[in-house]
Amino acid sequence: MATSVAVGDSSQVKKSWWKANQRKLAPWLFLAPGVLMFLVYVILPIFESMWISFYDWDGIGEATWIGTENYVELFDDDAFYTSLKNNVIWLVLYMLAVPAGLLIAIFLNQNVIGIRIYKSLFFFPFVISQVVVGLIFAWFYAPNFGLLTQILAWLGLGNIAILADERFVTYGIIAAGLWPQIAYCMILYLTGLNNVSPDQIEAARLDGAKGFRMLWHVIIPQLRPATFIAVVVTIIGALRSFDLVSIMTDGGPYGSSRVLSFYMYEQALSEYGFRMGYGAAIAVILFLIMMVFISSFIWKMVNDERGGR
Amino acid sequence: MNRYFAGAASALALTGWLASTALAGTIVINADTSDPAPKQAIEEVIEGFKEAHPDVEVELNIFDHEGYKTSIRNFLTADAPDIALWYAGNRMAPYVDAGLFEDVSDVWADNGLDETLKSAAASMTMDGKKWGVPYTYYQWGIYYRKDIFAELGIEPPKTWDEFLAACATIKEAGKSPIAIGTKALWPTGGWFDYLNLRVNGYEFHMELTGGEVPYTDDRVKAVFERWAELVEPGYFVENHAALDWQDALPLLVQGEAAMYLIGNFAVAPLREAGLTDDQLGFMQFPEITPGIPMAEDAPTDTMHIPANAKNKEDAKKFLAYLAQADVQSKINATLGQLPVNNQSEVPEDAFLGAGFDMLSNAYALAQFYDRDAVAEMAKAGMEGFQEFMVKPDRADAILERLEKIRARAYR
Repeated sequence: MATSVAVGDSSQVKKSWWKANQRKLAPWLFLAPGVLMFLVYVILPIFESMWISFYDWDGIGEATWIGTENYVELFDDDAFYTSLKNNVIWLVLYMLAVPAGLLIAIFLNQNVIGIRIYKSLFFFPFVISQVVVGLIFAWFYAPNFGLLTQILAWLGLGNIAILADERFVTYGIIAAGLWPQIAYCMILYLTGLNNVSPDQIEAARLDGAKGFRMLWHVIIPQLRPATFIAVVVTIIGALRSFDLVSIMTDGGPYGSSRVLSFYMYEQALSEYGFRMGYGAAIAVILFLIMMVFISSFIWKMVNDERGGR
Repeated sequence: MNRYFAGAASALALTGWLASTALAGTIVINADTSDPAPKQAIEEVIEGFKEAHPDVEVELNIFDHEGYKTSIRNFLTADAPDIALWYAGNRMAPYVDAGLFEDVSDVWADNGLDETLKSAAASMTMDGKKWGVPYTYYQWGIYYRKDIFAELGIEPPKTWDEFLAACATIKEAGKSPIAIGTKALWPTGGWFDYLNLRVNGYEFHMELTGGEVPYTDDRVKAVFERWAELVEPGYFVENHAALDWQDALPLLVQGEAAMYLIGNFAVAPLREAGLTDDQLGFMQFPEITPGIPMAEDAPTDTMHIPANAKNKEDAKKFLAYLAQADVQSKINATLGQLPVNNQSEVPEDAFLGAGFDMLSNAYALAQFYDRDAVAEMAKAGMEGFQEFMVKPDRADAILERLEKIRARAYR
């Protein structure tokens, strides 16, 4: 009798524990699939890459522990510095997409007949795949028959092959990348402009603000959330610029248009790349660079939420 | 980083599925024959094999030619086919070293292949064992416009001085002497191979690509000095770093360029583009250092049995069939290339005939720079060659960089 009571008690305790903690547990249960995926496909590979970067491994055979040798070699590797330099150029010039997107958004933020068509025309490059963008620009730059070459020849500047000249190649690829990136920033700003309060503009106008002062002191502060997202997206876009480099030049001529992500792929996985460890070391460096930006964004977001702006 | 791992994982899953559909008594062949002629050739071989061995089913997976070069390591490790197409020389070394290719010395011994496939035996041997069966090869050499040569009164050059004189004459006539497209890097390897084979000879070339000689050696510098005699006067087409090898073909067809150092696979597209055999000629790369025996580049394509294959017994039957003289005659008639088996018939074709004569009299055959040198060295080397062809004044810096890579790659 006593035992059966005890059993009944314990089942009651169990039930009440679930009931009592239901609200606490439910969010974790809902999060579980996402967290699991994130752990398996993002967090674990990060640590695995760090681990692999201490090995000499061709990706198929035996791996040998070599400590920090990959990193020592990396810091003495001209190709690594070329890639790093190009990454910096990408970062700096890609930021042009933010003001350019803002300008186009302001230009398009008006009510004339057919404005929707103009807006969609400007948005078009973001819709097409990066691979197609790369191919279009590669033909645009092509020596002998490319449109740009024709224009330059007409201007009397001779036959310059942008993608075969170490001086211009990175800029040529960035220009191709800016085309869709500007469109993306433009869309972010167009939605932002919808939320600009007309009262404040009216008030500013009464106070005599117009033109650039109006833009700088009244409009842009109100676009802060859009600017934040545009900057984040552009920085990440610049750092993971792999597809355009791969499509347009394959890192060439003689490796002068490489960026870190492409160099990593080349060393670890490409046709002649059998150096998993070295590729992983490059990936770790790229990860650390990205971490600088990512953690400052997260820090800013957490701050904003706490401050309740 | 994650993106690529995910891509590789899905490729693994796909090949796994392809292989698991195979039944007992079936062999699975993974091939990179995505172009029309090679595709037809392998299909014909499979038809013939099925007739000879009606009890064996054959399943063929055709991959994109370029994509195959990276997917091979996935399917060899994950879920291997029974036959995989690949290349001879050092190009197969990573897979042999990793134990991913099966030793097929018994197929060679049982079928007398050491005799019939003698010319390719060395390039199929590592650690004293044979790792695959070669079935086709082709010559490299200079394809030139006979009509332009005749118009300018040039005889096909036999020596380096004659070659330089011919280039000068063509340049004066307002044409580019030499067509090349170096965007994909490997066409530069052909030039380095031939210059090194002619300046220093076959033995030195093999020592260099085998990693035994430093790139800063004076003999390598001598090669670059000869090369500079072509680069500095602008004998190569402009902007070659922006062109693929196919992009340089129209220059030859339109008569803007007169010569092209390339493999015999260029003949088919040139004929398609309208060049007749009266306009297109073939010549051996001219002599540079007098008295050095002439060796040639002749890349060999091969088939291998992966170590993880499920049906090795039937796969070996297939390799034995592939090595037969009549089979190689037929496959190469379709491919427009040369059979490795010395009992086979050479297809009737002016260029193949010329190539066969040249290779039969060759002192020795090299595979190609990216098949003789190890992968890491090949990539860095061809990149250096491309840089040299654009910036010849950087020769010393390039060679020092290559030496640094050699010291590590052959450790």
